[in-house]
Amino acid sequence: MTTAVETIRDEPLTIGGRTFHSRLMVGTGKYPDMDTMVRAIEASGAEVVTVAVRRVNLDRTKESSVLHFLDPKHHFLLANTAGCYTAADAMRYARLAREAGFNDFVKLEVIGDEETLLPDVQGLLEAAKVLVQEGFKVLAYTNEDLVTALRLEDAGCAAVMPLASPIGSGLGLLNPFSVRTIKRRLHVPVIVDAGVGTASDACVTMEQGVDGILMNTAIAAAQDPVAMAQAMRLATAAGRTAYLAGRMPRREVAMPSSPTKGMLD
Amino acid sequence: MDVVINGERKQITSGVTLLELLRELELDPRAVVVEHNRRIVRRAGLRDVTVAEGDAIELVHFVGGG
Repeated sequence: MTTAVETIRDEPLTIGGRTFHSRLMVGTGKYPDMDTMVRAIEASGAEVVTVAVRRVNLDRTKESSVLHFLDPKHHFLLANTAGCYTAADAMRYARLAREAGFNDFVKLEVIGDEETLLPDVQGLLEAAKVLVQEGFKVLAYTNEDLVTALRLEDAGCAAVMPLASPIGSGLGLLNPFSVRTIKRRLHVPVIVDAGVGTASDACVTMEQGVDGILMNTAIAAAQDPVAMAQAMRLATAAGRTAYLAGRMPRREVAMPSSPTKGMLD
Repeated sequence: MDVVINGERKQITSGVTLLELLRELELDPRAVVVEHNRRIVRRAGLRDVTVAEGDAIELVHFVGGG
């Protein structure tokens, strides 16, 4: 007799009043070509895709915008402020992005150090406060510091995005305890952003109970980005389901799985 | 006259509006966001702003990013 597998009931992910169907969000940078990007995003099942704001190339205008390849009707475009090192720059980029006319969400990044790309939390808080006042739905990319995360929530951010490890490093979730603590203490969604390297990293991250995960390089820089995107979709779902299922307690000694009674003499 | 577009000095027709400038550059006004001397100009207002000598104009759009 076969029994149908029941789907675990999960709440939808809602950020800034908008509901999303996938807990995996993906970037659009660093793909070998646009066709691979489009197929990888499709395979990832992601609804939210991030984009960056940059100058139009005046010599080659026809094919440089990512919107020539992505349909904004099928994807939710989340503009970032990547590359900004001051609150003023980040606010400028956010305002330009909003003017593109798709939505008022922004993935706010204020970078404080070139080598590690770790956030400047002081600049981040400053920019977040102003942008929230201007009506933006701010998703703040931050480190795994609880107090900063709390301040960002107080500032009115729609979501807080602690890193798993530095951007593009592929080192995986370095501090599960801190990420868990942030998730436990915040009321707004917690989306882990940056640092995931492979499917197991995504799974472990989602097992911490966070609301979602955002990645770019792990997919784009894989040898087969489309296959990795599919693996990430499965791993994100697996991690989420395992979290909802509730793992068994850890113990330091073995416990037999088979009966100890009924053994032969 | 000379203006600075995306950080580069360019010679453009004198007295054009921002909308006419975009046409001159073969850019679709729906696909770019325009910043004129550090002030964002909404699409509907592009025809109302005349470009002057030495103005700084930024033309941006969305590219791939994480």
